[in-house]
Amino acid sequence: MIKAVMVMNTQGKPRLAKFYDYQPVEKQQELIRSVFTVLSSRAENVSNFMEAESIFGPDSRLVYKHYATLYFVFVFDSSENELAMLDLIQVFVETLDKCFKNVCELDIVFNYSKMQTVLDEIIFGGQVLETSSTEVMKAVEEISKLEAASNAITLVPAKYASGWNRR
Amino acid sequence: MSGPSIMETLFQRTLEDLIKGIRLQLIGESAFISKAMEEIRKEIKSTDLQTKSIALQKLSYLSPLHFVDMSWAAFHCIECMSSPRFAQKRIGYVAVSQSFNEHTPVLLLITNQLRKDLGSVNEFDAGLALDCLANIATVDLARDLTPEVFTLLGSSKVSVRKKAIGVILRVFEKYPDAVRVCFKRLVENLDSPDSRILSAAVGVFCELASRDPRSYLPLAPEFYRVLVDSKNNWVLIKVLKIFAKLAPLESRLAKRVVEPICDHMRRTGAKSLMFECIRTVVSSLSEYESALKLAVLKIRELLMDEDPNLKYLGLHALSIVAPKHLWVVLENKEVVIKSLSDSDSNIKFESLRLVMAVVSESNVVEISRVLLNYALKSDPEFCNVILGSILSACSRNVYEMVMDFDWYVLLLGEMSRIPQCQKGEDIENQLIDIGMRVRDARPELIRMARSLLIDPALLGNPFLYRILCAAAWVCGEYVEYSTNPFELVEALLQPRTSLLPPLIRAVYLQSVLKVLTFCIHSYLRNKSSGLFPFTDNLEGVVSESMSKGKTQEASDLPTPAQDDVFNPRISDDNPYEDLPLENNGEDSKFDSFEKNGFTRESIVNLLNLIELAVKPLLGSLEVEILERAQNVLGLIELIRQEFPDQLSPRKEILAKEESEVSKLIRSMNDAFCEELGPVSVTAQDRVRVPEGLVLEENLKELDTICGDIQPSTSSFFAPRYGERIEESLASDLQNGEDSEPSRESTSLLIEHRKRHGLYYLPSSASNDYPLANDLRSGENDRDETEDFVRLTAQSLAPKKKPNYSKPRPVVVKLDEGEVTLSVASKKPSSKYDLLSGVIQDVLQETNLMDKSSRKGKEKVSSDVPQGSKENVQDPEDPRREKSGLRKSKHRSHGKERKHKDPDQVDGKKDGKSERAREKSSHRHGRKKTRQRAEGPLNVSAQTPVIPDFLL
Repeated sequence: MIKAVMVMNTQGKPRLAKFYDYQPVEKQQELIRSVFTVLSSRAENVSNFMEAESIFGPDSRLVYKHYATLYFVFVFDSSENELAMLDLIQVFVETLDKCFKNVCELDIVFNYSKMQTVLDEIIFGGQVLETSSTEVMKAVEEISKLEAASNAITLVPAKYASGWNRR
Repeated sequence: MSGPSIMETLFQRTLEDLIKGIRLQLIGESAFISKAMEEIRKEIKSTDLQTKSIALQKLSYLSPLHFVDMSWAAFHCIECMSSPRFAQKRIGYVAVSQSFNEHTPVLLLITNQLRKDLGSVNEFDAGLALDCLANIATVDLARDLTPEVFTLLGSSKVSVRKKAIGVILRVFEKYPDAVRVCFKRLVENLDSPDSRILSAAVGVFCELASRDPRSYLPLAPEFYRVLVDSKNNWVLIKVLKIFAKLAPLESRLAKRVVEPICDHMRRTGAKSLMFECIRTVVSSLSEYESALKLAVLKIRELLMDEDPNLKYLGLHALSIVAPKHLWVVLENKEVVIKSLSDSDSNIKFESLRLVMAVVSESNVVEISRVLLNYALKSDPEFCNVILGSILSACSRNVYEMVMDFDWYVLLLGEMSRIPQCQKGEDIENQLIDIGMRVRDARPELIRMARSLLIDPALLGNPFLYRILCAAAWVCGEYVEYSTNPFELVEALLQPRTSLLPPLIRAVYLQSVLKVLTFCIHSYLRNKSSGLFPFTDNLEGVVSESMSKGKTQEASDLPTPAQDDVFNPRISDDNPYEDLPLENNGEDSKFDSFEKNGFTRESIVNLLNLIELAVKPLLGSLEVEILERAQNVLGLIELIRQEFPDQLSPRKEILAKEESEVSKLIRSMNDAFCEELGPVSVTAQDRVRVPEGLVLEENLKELDTICGDIQPSTSSFFAPRYGERIEESLASDLQNGEDSEPSRESTSLLIEHRKRHGLYYLPSSASNDYPLANDLRSGENDRDETEDFVRLTAQSLAPKKKPNYSKPRPVVVKLDEGEVTLSVASKKPSSKYDLLSGVIQDVLQETNLMDKSSRKGKEKVSSDVPQGSKENVQDPEDPRREKSGLRKSKHRSHGKERKHKDPDQVDGKKDGKSERAREKSSHRHGRKKTRQRAEGPLNVSAQTPVIPDFLL
């Protein structure tokens, strides 16, 4: 079972935080902070594991990957394989890459909902449901289409509103 | 649509605007966010769903990333999720799964909306609802929506079906009775040709099996098929995890799966799958030698890999296998030891854990040596982790592993001298503990304490204060083992002790008092016994022979506090006794102690020294110090009255001393000789609570009274402040007298320096002591590593127990349970019990049907192979067959019964099965009924029947 997924930048700003067992926001903040404190103290070229039991309680493991300015962090328990989780981070990032054509931190900042959709397609209630980025892309595109369609039949003002806002 | 809402819609900021705003804001992020929140609060009340949903979207963006509470918007979430438009609905659903929990009051309102969406033709609507359910399902929701989830389990759309499978986990957990409805369909999904559905189903079973493996044994054939057929690594990893749980429960299963697992291990190119195979073998199948050998081979590959991840996992696998097969670790000891100096902290910690796993009483000496050397070289954090693990390993079970306490005491001393050592408290406790528990270790203990106390450099390191405190206490308490008490006094009163925090200084002073009492007492006893003529030439010989004779006597006596025991109990089997005391300058007043014993002159010198050093302390502001200084000085004064400085007529003094001083001294000495022992943990319980005493159960009330009073440790490491005041006060006080404290202390310092020049820097820059924290230069690091590896090559190898020259000394243990306080084993939560009950229940039914359908093909198994062959029973009567099976089980599998008292189980069963039978008889056929009733109740007494696919 996956307990949490976090994406944060190298300054410790969270870009995505998803906890699969309910945590109040104060607790979330605390967890993200303590994870970042440890992450930022780790050198490059060391293993991608981090001791997590002191932060997330017994039977927790944590793997992370560092891409450019971002840390991708997965927290999970003993029913997941550590290396498979690293692969899953890779799948997640690859999918984002396909979504945004060479993903960078800014894409993620401005497309928060889309990133969330991607993640929700991969991990469902803490379980890994999809590991192929092509399948994820398919689903994400359909959802976007559906959203756009439902907005297209919307009342005129809303459409204009967004049009004006962009100017 | 009303006017204002159009305006709102027109000028509402979208999420994108908000994000841009946050990045460009000039007023500070938190101010900007609170402004945005104000907007959101306004917009979210809008009657227009579009406005509302965008506001909600912004809120659910801010909540996780900027830690804004959004529980207040619960109702708005529900409004959005019931929107007919997908985009709005989605925003609503995301917000709900993000912010709702069991205590959200409006949770009850979403049941119908969820039901509607679960039944929607649009797969994405259903997907949203399932996702939401997977995150927030409560008991009520799970119960009410079970039928819908059941329907979706058979959905033709893969994306819906896999999500329905995923949601099952949460539903089962919350509402175990859902198993009766959904389990069969869930199992059917294991046969699905679509790998995504299979993966989801296996994932769910992996989670379920990790909580209660026994219930899923009957499904082993299905899992086996997946293990052999599947090509998908994700699925295989999950199946392996399931087998890792199931194999220990059923030996035939283990035998069956071990080959396919090895095949996967050999064939696969994926490291994740290979590691999972290794883990499965080492954790659950380690009794299969060939498999274990293969796994060890693969572990070695991992350890040799450049990738730190693989290396770490290799070490991790070793630590799994270590408890059962230590040889695997020993085979790889070189890598393990080398990893202690790896740059990656995970790897370091893991290898330390491994090293600690192989430590035993035969190799503890060597391993500690190796580790100590690593501790010296590593960063402070890891150094202290190493020290901590040595300390805890050696002290485990009342120093079970320590054979030679002299060695251990020296080791503790050595640890204290490691510059980064911060384990002062642990070492302090152990020094005192050993002192109290192990009588034979006391001579060495006091020797070690002396060497710590005498070193002025150590007084500069605040982390050592606790250790010095223990050393001072040891010196006072066990002074009779000391070879030179005068030297101890000198060490305890050396000038740098002013650096110590007051409480520890107080301990020093108390020790001075004890040592003083001891010296005077010994002197008086020698004199009064009349054996000592006061001529220097004879004294040494006599005292030595005296002490030898008396020591033997003393060692025969059980308690040292006997009145007639002669006191300098210098044990005569002490091998170090005749070693010259190093560090003693030539001109020491006391270095002739061993020859002279307690001469009148030495006593007088002692008194002078103490007086000189303690007098300034009368000005101390610290009560503890003041009090003790008074005590010491008071005693000295008392002695001096009847112990004048000149060597006046001896007879008179003798008579006088006999009368008063010696009486006083003797009683004091007796008091100090009273041995302190360890206290049993249960001691408190044995004391009866006196009548009328009200003991508060809960001390929380105290918090209100003394909430802000906390034991301040801050003053602990800031001794300078107190010291200065103390000095200035002292000089004020003593101005009237002729002695000037400042000159006094410098003269003391100079004298000390002269005597213990070894510890001072060669340069004469007066007060510059070497920094206690200065790190050793890391030269020759690599060579050292090699050396350690070579060293451990021998030391880690299992040896025969070395013959110790002396037997292990007695360690005082009070109660056997002192350390191993039994912790009541945690019972699995009742929910899982419930769940497993239902699952077993359902499985019994399915099995029954399976069996009757293919009884021709498969024989029914029992746990005892011979038994099953002999009583091949009528498969038409499953009940009898089962009971026969259970009997054979009771006969043969004693270990299973350990879990629960069989009588108790049977007793309960009889009563319950009746009831259960009545209850369920209207639903099921007669034959099944009995079976059903028994199924769940036998949970712990019997493994469920596995259709024997092995035969």
